[in-house]
Amino acid sequence: MSENGKPKFAMYWAASCGGCDIAVLNIHEKILDVDANFEVVFWPVAVDAKYKDVEAMADGEILLTLFNGGMRNEENAHMARLLRRKSQILIAFGSCANEGCIPGLANLSPVEEIFETAYATVSTENAAGIRPQPETQVAEGVLSIPAFSPVLRTLNQVVDVDYYIPGCPPESHQIAAVIDVVLAVLAGKAQLPPKGSMLGVGQSTVCDECTRVRNVRKITGFRRIQDLECIDPQVCLLEQGVLCTGPATASGCTALCPKAGAPCAGCYGPAQGVLDFGARMMSAVASVIDSNDAEEIDRILDGLVDPAGSFYRFNLAHSVLRTGRASWNGN
Amino acid sequence: MSGEFEPLIIGFTCNWCSYRAADMAGTARFKYPPNIRLLRLMCSGRLDPTFVLKAFREGADGVLITGCHPGECHYIEQNYKALRRVLLLKRLLGSMGLNPERVKLVWASAAEGGRLAREISSFVEHVRALGPLGWPQRAMANGRYAAREEIEEVPA
Ligand code: SF4
Ligand code: SF4
Repeated sequence: MSENGKPKFAMYWAASCGGCDIAVLNIHEKILDVDANFEVVFWPVAVDAKYKDVEAMADGEILLTLFNGGMRNEENAHMARLLRRKSQILIAFGSCANEGCIPGLANLSPVEEIFETAYATVSTENAAGIRPQPETQVAEGVLSIPAFSPVLRTLNQVVDVDYYIPGCPPESHQIAAVIDVVLAVLAGKAQLPPKGSMLGVGQSTVCDECTRVRNVRKITGFRRIQDLECIDPQVCLLEQGVLCTGPATASGCTALCPKAGAPCAGCYGPAQGVLDFGARMMSAVASVIDSNDAEEIDRILDGLVDPAGSFYRFNLAHSVLRTGRASWNGN
Repeated sequence: MSGEFEPLIIGFTCNWCSYRAADMAGTARFKYPPNIRLLRLMCSGRLDPTFVLKAFREGADGVLITGCHPGECHYIEQNYKALRRVLLLKRLLGSMGLNPERVKLVWASAAEGGRLAREISSFVEHVRALGPLGWPQRAMANGRYAAREEIEEVPA
């Protein structure tokens, strides 16, 4: 407890886009409940506190930390370990911390290739071919920056995690519901859920929340949604030949994307009981293809551009294989 | 055989055809290499692609999937579903940098013990030629695939 008697709250971003922080600020007047009930001790996007302030805290001094972002470099992993020690409850918040999300797709490429794209493509002016170096000698001494890791890891691949809130980013109504539970626990009116629980997420799939009609129709080709001349607003997108990952994705977002006419990309992560998101999607896709002939099936599958990127868009780092071969093989 | 790479193959067989074919191969004393570990499913259509991914993660160098011939599935047409899954899985593995030839689908009826034994032998040789995959070992060795790390001491 702090001097004002309030439990302490922290939020941190590792390798992320900042959207998760914005999502928390976007819970409207609920944010006032957070302020009324917690002392915000560390939250780089919202309050001015330094790493050394966290280091100076006693172990377990922070009651609740929302951690978003993946472990892309040593600084990310260092902050994960530090905040783990200082927090009683550590929550993996958002897709990156849970399953790697878009930054996790870089696990398909070795580090050299990632640097090549970042520091040597046409949009970059870098005539000297400079690449980040963990250590640089300058007149005043050695400068160091955090080392870039060979692959991106999820939060629970580095430290022990108490709860998981998925989503890219988590939806405001789900965040608000979790805050209500936490406040009820603080008031002694509720019990904490069992450790390891997924919070702020449904028990079913996006398909279950989707209002589109499924006719158990089979398809003879895949098309990207932008290539469809007309999209039937009532009918399941997968049955219209658009790769929609609703069958593998946890419910919780109210099926925002398919309702708006765009395929679900899987941002809420694997549905309950799904160990490997891509594998579940492969089964679902294999079931809708209308052919029993190997050559024709292959022709239909040609319509699926970028299989790894479409089947693991949000969860490569937390899939069964976790990375492409090149990133751990080094070639 | 010291030094020669012995591939580890996981074989998923269907209860109604290929598992019996393997059994028959045994009774009839058709030889096939011991590199394959056979697992019985009720049908090739039961093959969840997760099983194959897990096999590779746990150290398999190749995965053989066997089912009833087209038109002969005991569950009407689940072997066609297996065919579609395997074709898709191979693409996915390819886009992750794994040689799709490490996965093979073979049809074998309960009477084809000899043929199944030959298919197994030729797949083992093919994977031997591809070399070890070594998914976890190699990756663990350079710390890139480590399981959850111990929580380190952080100086206060
Ligand atoms: S596949 Fe997509 S469009 Fe079809 S029901 Fe599921 S979520 Fe809706
Ligand atoms: S429909 Fe899919 S991609 Fe869209 S918000 Fe929901 S889970 Fe995310």
